[in-house]
Amino acid sequence: MLLVKQLVTMSDLSMTGLATQRSTPRPRFKSGGLYPYWFYAPAAAIYVVLFLLPTASSFYFSLMRWSLFDATFIGLDNFAQFLREPFLLQGLVNTLTFAAISASLKVVLGLGCAVLLTSQIIARGYLRAVIFFPVVVSTVGVGITFTVLMHPTEGAINQALAAIGIVGPDWLTNPRLALISVALVDVWKGVGMATVIYIAGIVSIPKDYFEAARIDGASKLQNFLYVTLPLCRPATVTIVTLSLIGGLRTFELVWTMTRGGPGFSSDVIASVIYKQYQSGFYGLSTAGNVVLFLFIVLLVVPLTAYFNRREGHE
Amino acid sequence: MAKLSIRNVLAGASLFAMALIAGGANAQQVTLSLLVDNSPEVLTRFEALVAGFEAANPDVNIEIETRPGGEEGGNLVKTRLATGTITDLFTYNSGSLLRALNPGQFMADLSNEPWQADVQETFKRVVSTPEGAIVGAPFSTASAGGILYNKPVYERLGLSIPKTWDEFLANNEAILKDGKIAPIIQTYKDSWTSQILILADFYNVQAAEPDFATLYTEGKAKFATDAAALRSFQKLQQVYEAGLFNKDFASAGYQDGIRMLATGEGAHYPIISGALRAMGATYPDQLKDIGYFPVPSDDASKNGLTAWMPQALYVSKNTPNLDAAKKFLAFVVSPEGCEILKSTGGGTGPFLVKGCVLEGAAPAVSDMLPFWDSGNNSPALEFLSPIKGPALEQITVSVGSGIMTAEEGAKLYDEDVRKQAQQLGLAGW
Amino acid sequence: MKLIKDYWLGVLAIIVTAVVFLVPFAFIVLMAFKDQQQSALLDFSWPQVNNLWANIVEVASTRNWMLITAFVNSTILTVSGVTLLVIFSAMVGFVLSRRRSRFNRLVEFLILAGLMIPPAVVPTIWVLQGLGLFGKLHGLILIEVAYHLSFCVLLYKAFIATIPRELDEAAIIDGARPLDVFFRVILPLLWPVTVTIIVVQTVTIFNDFTNPLYYLPGNQFATVQLTLYNFQSQFETSYNLLFTNILLITIPPLVVFLFFNRQIIAGMTAGAVKG
Repeated sequence: MLLVKQLVTMSDLSMTGLATQRSTPRPRFKSGGLYPYWFYAPAAAIYVVLFLLPTASSFYFSLMRWSLFDATFIGLDNFAQFLREPFLLQGLVNTLTFAAISASLKVVLGLGCAVLLTSQIIARGYLRAVIFFPVVVSTVGVGITFTVLMHPTEGAINQALAAIGIVGPDWLTNPRLALISVALVDVWKGVGMATVIYIAGIVSIPKDYFEAARIDGASKLQNFLYVTLPLCRPATVTIVTLSLIGGLRTFELVWTMTRGGPGFSSDVIASVIYKQYQSGFYGLSTAGNVVLFLFIVLLVVPLTAYFNRREGHE
Repeated sequence: MAKLSIRNVLAGASLFAMALIAGGANAQQVTLSLLVDNSPEVLTRFEALVAGFEAANPDVNIEIETRPGGEEGGNLVKTRLATGTITDLFTYNSGSLLRALNPGQFMADLSNEPWQADVQETFKRVVSTPEGAIVGAPFSTASAGGILYNKPVYERLGLSIPKTWDEFLANNEAILKDGKIAPIIQTYKDSWTSQILILADFYNVQAAEPDFATLYTEGKAKFATDAAALRSFQKLQQVYEAGLFNKDFASAGYQDGIRMLATGEGAHYPIISGALRAMGATYPDQLKDIGYFPVPSDDASKNGLTAWMPQALYVSKNTPNLDAAKKFLAFVVSPEGCEILKSTGGGTGPFLVKGCVLEGAAPAVSDMLPFWDSGNNSPALEFLSPIKGPALEQITVSVGSGIMTAEEGAKLYDEDVRKQAQQLGLAGW
Repeated sequence: MKLIKDYWLGVLAIIVTAVVFLVPFAFIVLMAFKDQQQSALLDFSWPQVNNLWANIVEVASTRNWMLITAFVNSTILTVSGVTLLVIFSAMVGFVLSRRRSRFNRLVEFLILAGLMIPPAVVPTIWVLQGLGLFGKLHGLILIEVAYHLSFCVLLYKAFIATIPRELDEAAIIDGARPLDVFFRVILPLLWPVTVTIIVVQTVTIFNDFTNPLYYLPGNQFATVQLTLYNFQSQFETSYNLLFTNILLITIPPLVVFLFFNRQIIAGMTAGAVKG
């Protein structure tokens, strides 16, 4: 009974919420009506069973020593062990570096490409297709291709550099450079998506703003700085959030290109976790997963909150 | 228009999908599934073995599935065992890695098969359960770890086979001074190759400290504090610092290493003798130019080979077709199986079934024979102890690339070993 | 003057993008034409022989025509996954955007969680196994749906907010039931964002490597990305075959993209930017 009452109150609330929002009179329907809650059901069922349940139980599994064959409760030992991983700290730094390079370059290059593609430039269709194209190639395929292109002596990149008299670096085998090289490839692959989101953002800016700017005699640069840039904020927020999350979770590209090497020098958190899984340390790898999860939440939630607050002020 | 098309597209697509999911075929005869790792040698061998077996047994059909090699593949086997999705037959390592699988729980007991009488005792020991049941059958030869070297280079420079580590370094200096080729081949793109110099040094560790393996398993002997064990790491650091590697050691892979050795671009390749089989596939004519010697020790009187036991073939305890599976095993260890073994890449050491003699083996294999016959050999540490740290290859890449010192590497490996031992739930850790 | 400047800017852009984006693709294509010896040189050069067809045949027939099986599996996986994603996430987005209630905050929180939280592999295997879905193609289809719901719901929710409510209300006065209204009126109106979702999710699911690796062991259910992975060691010395494989498995997503190319931005305009 209580539940029913609650539901009724809830739908009442929602109705009043809607009513205050819209002034036009509308016919009233019985609870649910056009927008029944059971529309959530199929998605919710899949999401709860295959995502929430495993995520919740990972807290439990991370307290076990688990070999797939049997499990022993060992308390927080897995966390202690994972945090003792000799290269975890470097992995954290690497993950942050990767996410920062990837997110910032995608924003800068994506915005640049988008401004170019919404201007009166020739061959717009071609340019847009070409920039977006890497998005459709598989990460593994991109990884293999660039591993070959970045070969220190025989790779096409360093041979091209050699042709103009530059000795190319050891992209993937220099411990200091390997991670950055992989991040650059990630940008190569992802800049098309950022560009498309920015184009959408620029296109949706009402023409009046540019018109007003034109009447005020704004230069192209001023146009960009005072109209395009601020009004593209939602697009920027989307891109930063998506590529930050993607960057923090990054695995496939690092794994296909360097496997975290040489040695441990391009390990990211996700590859450290995968190595534990690969060694059969399932509890340990699940504990690592929980750590990564907390790490992402600690970074992304404040950031999103900050963006939203700024949004509110404007 | 849009309304029509979207509904039709979606409805059509899901119907199509469901029809395809529902589809499936029923086999008429006995079909066995076989999971092997995807290295070319193993795959070719099993393709030939299956073809031979199916010709003799038309009522049995064997489907080969492949998995990645190394730890990744090992993990896949574990997952499939635990989830009950393992194939009827599968290959997997022997020794410590096998013990970690709970073999008694998942693998059929083969102790009473008639062909067991012909299988070598050492091998039986590394494919048995803690309770003593034998669960594996051999399909490959034993291997030796050590240094494969290019004989024409030795002849040209008038070098002789080193008996001590210092002589080995002197040979390398001579090759370096000659300036034509790389003294030592390293191939860190395939990082597993980086650990061989250390693993194959184990005969020397054991010669210096006969009970190292036991103490190590009990957590009482450590690589960082045990002089003989630390020496293995120091040898790697030493050859890196002397600048003896091929220039592209960081980006070269296993196949590159084999090419360099075969064509004489490099003089020494510390590797397991399985490399000879791979070389036989790509550079058969150069096989005669390759010789073998063990990793030298600091004492000329102690000179011996570190042995690797091969992978074995196992049968799932839950297979519905146990008899057919056993039939296949019997075929693999039979004389016909032996013929196929010889025709698909030959040997890298002694075969483990009596009566299967490898005539005309490569010179490098002949170089190993005295060590096998005299007893101057020891199984590698991973066959004597259940613990092998999973990060060893990353550590050896780091030591071999100058990213860390031998001491740092050994210390880090002790940590790694401790983690493995704890995860295995061993006592005393 | 301005025209000429724009023209040169355009030419420059064409050259730069060609070098940066087309050269790697051209490299894949050229490698696929080469024979083994030439491909082993790894250089960017014109193929001396046209070995494309032989390469294709060899790649396709390797491991008992595994690539063909993989294409069938990946197609089923992608088509079913995207279909379910479109329908289920549009339904959620619809109610979420139209009906304000206390649920909204919870649902929005769950969406954000779905975007951020890295899936826990081992417990997921455990759940799948309990349901008898581990190592089954339809299990993986549901996994893909679960992992990509959040992103799709976000796009739909934002887009639906731009559609005037009067449209659904007009429909209900005619006496239609909610599901009818949804399929007949709402879903067709969502076409622009649906295109975006179809393209993005087709590419994502078809190219997915990690999830099939974890949840779909066995040759019988190999997906195209796993063939690449499996062939990587087998084709270690045959770069021509490896790149032929990359080329072949890139074609389907490329076709989807070219087909919907012009319509992608429209969906993004409302979806991602006003989110």
